[in-house]
Amino acid sequence: MPDANANRAADSVVPLTASAVLVNAVGLHARPSVKLTQCAKRFAATIELALAPDGPWTDAKSPVKVMRVKAPQGAVLHFRVTGADREAALAAVLALVNDGFGEA
Amino acid sequence: MAEIHLTGRAASPGLAIGPVSVLTSGVARRTRVGDPAQETAALQAAIEAATAEIAGLIETVEGQVADIMEFQVALLEDDALAETAYDAIATGVAADQAWRVALDAEISGYRAADDEYFRARAADLIDIRDRVLGHLGGEGMAAAIAGDSIVAGEDITPSAFLAADWTRGGAIALAAGSPSSHVAMLARARGAPMVVGLGPLPWNGRPPALALVDGDAGTVIFDPEPETRRLFEHRMAAANAARAVTDASRFEPACTADGRRITLLLNIAAPEELAAIDPAVCDGIGLVRTEFLFEASHGLPDEDTQYAVYRRILEWADGRPVTIRTLDAGGDKPIRGLTVEGESNPFLGLRGIRLSLARPEVFRVQLRALLRAAVHGPLKIMLPMIAIPAEFDRAAGMLDTEFVALKADGIACARPPLGIMVEVPAAALRAEDFAAAFYSIGSNDLTQYTMAAGRDIGAVADLNDTANPAVLDLIARTVEAGRRRGVEVSLCGDAAADTRLTVALLATGLTMLSVAPVAVARLKAAIAMVGS
Repeated sequence: MPDANANRAADSVVPLTASAVLVNAVGLHARPSVKLTQCAKRFAATIELALAPDGPWTDAKSPVKVMRVKAPQGAVLHFRVTGADREAALAAVLALVNDGFGEA
Repeated sequence: MAEIHLTGRAASPGLAIGPVSVLTSGVARRTRVGDPAQETAALQAAIEAATAEIAGLIETVEGQVADIMEFQVALLEDDALAETAYDAIATGVAADQAWRVALDAEISGYRAADDEYFRARAADLIDIRDRVLGHLGGEGMAAAIAGDSIVAGEDITPSAFLAADWTRGGAIALAAGSPSSHVAMLARARGAPMVVGLGPLPWNGRPPALALVDGDAGTVIFDPEPETRRLFEHRMAAANAARAVTDASRFEPACTADGRRITLLLNIAAPEELAAIDPAVCDGIGLVRTEFLFEASHGLPDEDTQYAVYRRILEWADGRPVTIRTLDAGGDKPIRGLTVEGESNPFLGLRGIRLSLARPEVFRVQLRALLRAAVHGPLKIMLPMIAIPAEFDRAAGMLDTEFVALKADGIACARPPLGIMVEVPAAALRAEDFAAAFYSIGSNDLTQYTMAAGRDIGAVADLNDTANPAVLDLIARTVEAGRRRGVEVSLCGDAAADTRLTVALLATGLTMLSVAPVAVARLKAAIAMVGS
């Protein structure tokens, strides 16, 4: 389950953060990376991910960069989201991760 | 010329024979180079053309292959991929050179990954690199591979694989490569045998004419002697006959022709292997090798990490029994910071249970994780390299101590049955002396210790024979000890998957065999022939 204690700030420039454990068998791998970036691109918000709560942050809309993170199975993925539709964006990417990208 | 035997890793099952076709990297340099604006435009056009080409391929291929191509398209459509190439072009570097350097940096990033699945993606990046280079005006890929040939080379890209017609036979033999690569997935999907990790291909400019590829055993024989070839063709004919039966009986339990039910279990070296397997094809897991946990992690894996992995395997098995072997490091499986370096004969040294008992702080963590996981399904714990009862008793004592400690702390746990791997002849000869809850025969080590012949030493490989009556006697003796004590006996070495041995193994009274997932269907078919 995600750490649902996300920041509930009114201002859209204040990032919303949350984390989720990678449960699918092979980590943030080829197909999961493509699915994650496709999902992220549906939102206007800036969506970044990291393996630690303090970054370094990676653009979750870039499959090349997401693959460079090489997040293994069991890793905790931290998300940082800013922008008007940030709540929906965060919920969507967390749901995808928690669902094991539909292949767990 | 003498035949050349090479051993690698099995990546796609099956047997194949054919002429050797050596892969060469076939992308030529461009001769004309424009100014930075022209070069930028040239690279853009090449990337777009490559993307369109792959997108076109997606329409023509099936699901799993389409996923692979979609991944390549996603990378190509991402500006981040070519960022450094465009930067280099702006400073006057030619488009092809800039692209090659940028992609090579990306590729070496993948090759340096800890995780084999990420390392295996290097082949996709190479594929992308060469496809774009082809559109930049190079010569394009190497000549198309003829169907029915044995493709030999360093590695092969998904594109090169897809360009060949695999319906007519053929196979792949690679010096490098990985069973986790997309090409290996493709090869399994298309039924093309594949062996990877053969090491340097030992010819200098004079490639062999013919090769035999055994995608089950992970071996390749180049320029076979006529007798070797004859035997291999005999095996191929038998395998083809068996295949017709296997597809139909995937979910059927394994039964001999005379009605004996054989329990068929899986050997698993990494939990990722399970992702693509339906648990209904087997009766459970007979061997989980836990070395992967210690190889992949930075330092020794902690209790929670191990617990999570064991739990996931039990959940996958969905109520079927799962036998997890405690760390079997040492011998040919060194683990940095744990195993002893520089032993004069590591196979006779501090390995398996000996190492675990010598490093109780590491062993204890694994036992605790297993005790906790045991509440999630029928788990059994197996101790490797047991030679004398005192080793079993010490390990059992540690397991009981940790069980009591977890209970006292109010942590959910269960005390699973504790068994031994029978692979040291001393243990096979005196199996009844052990208070083990089960015996699992490790035929690889039992054979090499009984015959005093390593299977990795070509000159004595013929002595390393599980079918030798001495080895079969030890197996039969262990089965008999199990029968007298009323405990299960299984066999989990490579011999279980060698269908030439199935009759001999079942004749010892064995009723439980544990094999790699790729071997399940074939073994079921072989079992069905026994006693007919």
